[in-house]
Amino acid sequence: MEGIKLRLLQVLDQNQHQRIETKTLATMFNISVAEVEKLIRELEEEKIILGYVTLIDWEKTDNNNNITAIIDVKVTPQREVGFDTVAKRICRFPEVKNVYLMSGSYDLSVVIEGSSMKKVAFFVAEKLASLENVQSTVTHFLLKKYKKDGIIFGDEKKEHRLVVSP
Amino acid sequence: MSRSFVNKTIAGLPPSGIRKFFDLASSMQGVISLGVGEPDFVTPWHIREACVYSLEKGYTSYTPNSGLKELREILVAYLRDKYQLNYDSSREIIVTVGASEAIDIALRAVLNPGDEVIIPEPCFVSYKPCALMAGGTVKVINTKEADQFKLTAAALKKAIAPQTKVLLLSYPNNPTGAVMTGKELLAIAEIVEEKDLLVITDEIYSELTYEGEFVSFASLPGMKKRTILINGFSKAFAMTGWRIGFTAAPEEIAGVMAKIHQYAIMCAPVMAQMAALEALKNGAAEMERMVEQYDQRRHLIVNGLNRIGLPCFKPEGAFYAFPSIRATSFNSQEFCAKLLQEEKVAVVPGDAFGACGEGYIRCSYAASIGDINEALNRMERFVRRHTGRAGRRIIDSAASDAAGIPAGGSSISRA
Repeated sequence: MEGIKLRLLQVLDQNQHQRIETKTLATMFNISVAEVEKLIRELEEEKIILGYVTLIDWEKTDNNNNITAIIDVKVTPQREVGFDTVAKRICRFPEVKNVYLMSGSYDLSVVIEGSSMKKVAFFVAEKLASLENVQSTVTHFLLKKYKKDGIIFGDEKKEHRLVVSP
Repeated sequence: MSRSFVNKTIAGLPPSGIRKFFDLASSMQGVISLGVGEPDFVTPWHIREACVYSLEKGYTSYTPNSGLKELREILVAYLRDKYQLNYDSSREIIVTVGASEAIDIALRAVLNPGDEVIIPEPCFVSYKPCALMAGGTVKVINTKEADQFKLTAAALKKAIAPQTKVLLLSYPNNPTGAVMTGKELLAIAEIVEEKDLLVITDEIYSELTYEGEFVSFASLPGMKKRTILINGFSKAFAMTGWRIGFTAAPEEIAGVMAKIHQYAIMCAPVMAQMAALEALKNGAAEMERMVEQYDQRRHLIVNGLNRIGLPCFKPEGAFYAFPSIRATSFNSQEFCAKLLQEEKVAVVPGDAFGACGEGYIRCSYAASIGDINEALNRMERFVRRHTGRAGRRIIDSAASDAAGIPAGGSSISRA
């Protein structure tokens, strides 16, 4: 990959905790805004940039009823495809936020979000556990988020430095 | 009437040129500061945690005067790996209370009354007062933007007099961001050898070198025996408040420095030494992460300043940009006072770092991308408002007088 695209990705990746305007990137790389937009469009088309996520502390809003559960799923791997077919199938459900293949005592770690505990439980029982090749599930409800994607919740950065120093 | 009890030399030193500005900026709300001479990162957690752990284990006593043995040994290894320098950990290394203490004891250890120190300016505010307090005299070399604020061999040669004993180098430089290459330093080293000088090199920003390899002056052929190397943890590991640094010097000089350190300081705080040990053992990755971020911001601020009409040569180290304000009709003090009043952006007047810093301002990019951006926007407005209009100068001086900042400014450099 050409240098500037890689550097652009690094800047975006290392600054996920803040919005960086296109104009800022243009100044940083000493190119025009149009050129930055073009590079980003290309990265999106190449499916290198897959999406943009906003990390929200829902606890601070009135809309904080969402329930998150992490499900340990044991799967019987299939010939030739291993875990891929089951995993991809699980991925299709919109309730499912993350799917990871794990080492250890279970195979897939599935993160689910739902508007109530009941809905999540039903989803697991009806949609997940009933899948062919799924041997068992263990559901852990998430109680509190302390840190996500490198961001500590409720951790406001305070400036302790003097305003001017030599 | 009682007599005056204070030391006349010290009482006569001018206050730091930054001080007045600090008072003004601290009294205001909503200020975006690019005036800070320290990292905006908090010390990496593993370093803080190591210190907490050492406290839990009860490490609260004195250490050997020159520092914990393990720390000195790892410092020796660091200097060997980085610069192929070989120091003796028991006789040539002193762990100090910040690089600041090292500067003080280095000057005090080598200066006899009347000995002259050559100091290239603009530079950090402490060198000159420390040299004067140590009983020396100071000769300033004004470095120029045309030379990228580097010390040239010609300028050095011209400045040397029979009483010259010490050359003080500080690259990467605060406030200009200048870095000297190995080749450029070699030309300086030749003169140092020829004129039998001692070099005190403050390399506190060495790890924050963005282009090319940093070259330690002590590593040049024949220079180790003529060099007091000073460095510390403040900038590289974001540890300013810990006050922990070190110095490496030839045995004879280190021995005299150690005497001052032993009688005046005893030893650097053990907590900070424990943290420093962790930083050197396991801090490389976090440091690289910070350096990468500074580098991104460096591009942002340098390109940004150039775009808004404050031409700026490309700093290759530290975390400062040093743009020229010649597009406006202000001097440095006026510019900074008015920028603060009108747009609430704090930057530091260039003349705080020496008379030849007049006409420039220091903008620290140890600030978040958001803050740098906003500061650039505000400065752009400010510059647009104040360029190309003759006849404003008188009014502007009056305005800065009203702000309590003398238009001409006074600073250490004018001592």
